[in-house]
Amino acid sequence: MHTETLLDVATIRADFPILHQDVRPGVPLAYLDNAATSQKPLAVIDAMSDYYLRYNANVHRGIHKLSEEATVAYEGARKRIARFINAASWREIIYTRNTTESINLVAWSWARTNLKPGDVILSTEMEHHSNTVPWQMLAGQTGIEVHYVPVTDAGVLDMTAFDEMLDERVKLVTIMHTSNVLGAIQPVRQIADAAHSVGALILVDGAQSVPHMPVDVQALDCDFFVFSAHKMLGPTGIGILYGRQEILDAMPPFMGGGDMIKRVELSGSQWNDLPHKFEAGTPSIAEAIGFGAAVDYLTKIGMEHIHSHEVAVTAYALDRLAEVAGLRVLGPLKASERGGLVSMVMEDIHPHDIAEVLNHEGIAVRAGHHCAMPLHHRYNLTASTRASFYLYNTFEEIDRLIEGLYKVKEVLVL
Amino acid sequence: MDDLYREMILDHYRNPQKKQLVSPADIDYAEDNPLCGDFIHLTIQLDENKVVKDVGWEGNGCAISQASASMLYETLIGKTLDEIRSIGKDDILEMLGVPLGPVRLKCALLSLKVLKAGAYGLHAWPGEEDE
Repeated sequence: MHTETLLDVATIRADFPILHQDVRPGVPLAYLDNAATSQKPLAVIDAMSDYYLRYNANVHRGIHKLSEEATVAYEGARKRIARFINAASWREIIYTRNTTESINLVAWSWARTNLKPGDVILSTEMEHHSNTVPWQMLAGQTGIEVHYVPVTDAGVLDMTAFDEMLDERVKLVTIMHTSNVLGAIQPVRQIADAAHSVGALILVDGAQSVPHMPVDVQALDCDFFVFSAHKMLGPTGIGILYGRQEILDAMPPFMGGGDMIKRVELSGSQWNDLPHKFEAGTPSIAEAIGFGAAVDYLTKIGMEHIHSHEVAVTAYALDRLAEVAGLRVLGPLKASERGGLVSMVMEDIHPHDIAEVLNHEGIAVRAGHHCAMPLHHRYNLTASTRASFYLYNTFEEIDRLIEGLYKVKEVLVL
Repeated sequence: MDDLYREMILDHYRNPQKKQLVSPADIDYAEDNPLCGDFIHLTIQLDENKVVKDVGWEGNGCAISQASASMLYETLIGKTLDEIRSIGKDDILEMLGVPLGPVRLKCALLSLKVLKAGAYGLHAWPGEEDE
């Protein structure tokens, strides 16, 4: 019945104590809400705890043992994150609070400086609110226009429309790598080449791609690439803005304060070098160290293997979901064309009711608009139910999801 | 699922009471919960003594929000506006008779929120004013 997988999932699961619990007596947890946030392995929890237990100190300025150790760990994590996405330099890796802050940084610093009224930012209908609202705010204040490339009925980006909408007025293409609702993986390199051919830059929201597959920002030829630690085994409160060095160098700072300056006089200040120019104030030190440990953990297992495992689990899920009458999957139906998540709608049953019944069976899924209201409205939906997978999910958990959905029908179908 | 989706709630969800708008309406108000898309439109007819003569509603959403609307609104007939004003969050919870977490609480209370907003212009979520 079950497909083979390259990962030793039992061994991996032993690294995640939180997975070994019952939601109610005798009903074990099946955590299928990884697109919202992933669980954290002991290696990450221990790395953060070790910092607080042994060498908690502020970074960069202290001339004492603890501060030096903290700085080495904080900056060492940055270098490993740079290698993880194959950035040309660690100076291109800016620590932010999360994906959302990374996008806002680009909107405030790059777009406000470089764009003028009438310029166009080309986004899409499928974006997460974090890649829609900052541009709407910018447009409202500056006269810059935002246009949205539509999605097709089949649940993928309309590339014909994209080609038609891309002209020399477009100065930035901003797009998600893997859709957090449709699962669709966008042809980023093709889109980047097209954007560059009209002189536009490209920002890629990698929040749902970097955790699940190998990503090489140089091979993708993107100008900005943004993601969050907490969806890839790391802690909340830390994310990354990757930007090509010459672009970041030319950008003004985002926030002012300590650490982002070389010299301050009352008459004016001189900005620090990259990446510190964009990191005002005491950063999230423990979180950066935890992020580094997460990247080490993923690297050790291998992103190719993790991706293969998720494709196998997703293919199995799509096969089994097709058995459930009245259930419709959003987005492309081939596992090889999508990330490890499946959003679904089921007759007239509200997603909150589906999630509630599944919760009773120990299965954690997400119900709602997944911060993509325009996309749901495009398909005349108010909400959907999403199951999302990661390296520790098993084929048995998919079986339990299917059994749970039959239970939903039993309880709630009119 | 004998707790949250107990039979009375499922009965109202499957066979909602008074689920047809009345016209002309003395009170006519609609609102949705943008977080989950639950939607309720309520219409009420009053007699000369400000007593509810008839009530009707439309809506869509989860079982809890729709059952709550059906159960609450059918009890309004014959009540005065003053009596409606005194209906609170605890009355709804008692009426539903199931334990609700903080997220589902709003599903359960949307019907009361719509009622109070329509009758009195009170736009807060029931219970929040005394938190």
